[in-house]
Amino acid sequence: MPKITYIEHNGTQHEVDAEVGVSVMQAAIDNLVPGIDADCGGECSCATCHVMVKEDWVAKTGSPEEGEESMLDLNPERQGNSRLSCQITVTEELDGLIVDLPEFQF
Amino acid sequence: MSEAIQPRMIDFKPHEIPLEDFDISQRELWSEDLKMAYFERLREEAPVHYCKDSEFGPYWSVTRYADIMEVDSNWQDFSSEPAITIIDPEEDFPLPMFIAMDPPKHDDQRKTVQGSVAPANLKNLESTIRGRVQTVLDELPVGEEFDWVDRVSIELTTQMLATLFDFPFEDRRKLTRWSDVATGGPETGVVETEEQRREELMECLAYFTRLWQERQEQGLSNDFISMLAHGEATKDMSPEEYLGNLILLIVGGNDTTRNSMTGGVLALNENPGEYAKLRNNPGVIPNMVSEIIRWQTPLAHMRRIANRDYELGGQTIKQGDKVIMWYLSGNRDERAIENPNEFIIDRKRARQHLSFGFGPHRCMGNRLAELQLRILWEEIQKRFHMVEVVGEVERVPSNFVHGYTKMPVVLHPL
Repeated sequence: MPKITYIEHNGTQHEVDAEVGVSVMQAAIDNLVPGIDADCGGECSCATCHVMVKEDWVAKTGSPEEGEESMLDLNPERQGNSRLSCQITVTEELDGLIVDLPEFQF
Repeated sequence: MSEAIQPRMIDFKPHEIPLEDFDISQRELWSEDLKMAYFERLREEAPVHYCKDSEFGPYWSVTRYADIMEVDSNWQDFSSEPAITIIDPEEDFPLPMFIAMDPPKHDDQRKTVQGSVAPANLKNLESTIRGRVQTVLDELPVGEEFDWVDRVSIELTTQMLATLFDFPFEDRRKLTRWSDVATGGPETGVVETEEQRREELMECLAYFTRLWQERQEQGLSNDFISMLAHGEATKDMSPEEYLGNLILLIVGGNDTTRNSMTGGVLALNENPGEYAKLRNNPGVIPNMVSEIIRWQTPLAHMRRIANRDYELGGQTIKQGDKVIMWYLSGNRDERAIENPNEFIIDRKRARQHLSFGFGPHRCMGNRLAELQLRILWEEIQKRFHMVEVVGEVERVPSNFVHGYTKMPVVLHPL
């Protein structure tokens, strides 16, 4: 199974084995990674699964589509590499993916 | 009061009256708190339901969680303009506000002000909020009856609003009044006439116009008025639009948290087992706050207009139709929430509720609301064994603001 590392704002790292086909958000929830709320349950409608994708991985995870873009755009703490993790699907290609978690979900 | 607005007698037979005669918007259902049985039948038998005539004209009711999520997050097909409540805007007294605008204008105006309630800024507010909660609670009488709504819920949310606007603190109850006047009218008894309502809202505008001028002359600071006065997307707003946005921010920060502050006490009284859980484990408070917000659903609905014909739940909503998303019903939908009619303070996935809405219009102040409620309950638990409800609550007779005007309580010390 692909490994994904989530790094909390305070530096704490969580490496999890993620199932192929689930979202990066769901892999965090399934493995009790703190810092992702996912209030809408993966519908791209709340922006509480915000992560920042490590630079080397940005190309592989792709860029936000229109719906995600409009939700991200409303977040004052948005960065250039911000994504909603419910919109990134885990694949074998993403083995080793590293994402940073924001200090707060908005 | 005219004849037309006298309360009618409601024939309360939710399982006998034909579905085509269902009108969940009737005020009598809300003041008497009878609506839950109506919603239950709608969710079961007609989850996307057309009411052909009502006080507010024809409208669709969407009552299941998943359908509400679908409509709420689809702003392209369901417009928030020109208003977000079931009642149509008054043509000769329009109040444009960003919650009732579609992207991109909505986004531009919202971004101007949302930083002041973003989590990073809330860190700075936490100690102020805690100090005020402590003061308000310490001044309450112990062992004698008083009104929780007035002394705690209104007082705390009004103080918070005064801070967010940097509004003269001694005049803060004006904000409470303007909030009530904005969401009510002669039919709810908050004012005698529509003229009186408009006069009071114009006083609100005049008061805030003075503050605007003052803030405009000063540099940008972190309060809502200053942000609006200096913001690129808002600095040239018309007076109507300024008033509209003020009302949005006043109501958004006032009626909502106020009624969750009251509703939580009521729910714990109705569920003594849950109150015992809270006493044994104050660590449950953050989770309980989400459950209280689900349970109360302080804004019962939001409204949209279909931009095109749209299939939902086997029905065809026609372009131009009014669509009401009943958050209060979706939050009791067993298809999405396990045991939805039970108040469970350590509920799993308690954050997954509809009360803040979803999509671009999702509540901007949701983290502030949670913070205020969390601090309130932390401080209550440090002081009192129980906030006991000792009489009947009085409810707001509105199908939008789902809340209370009065709740008599007695405090029992630890």
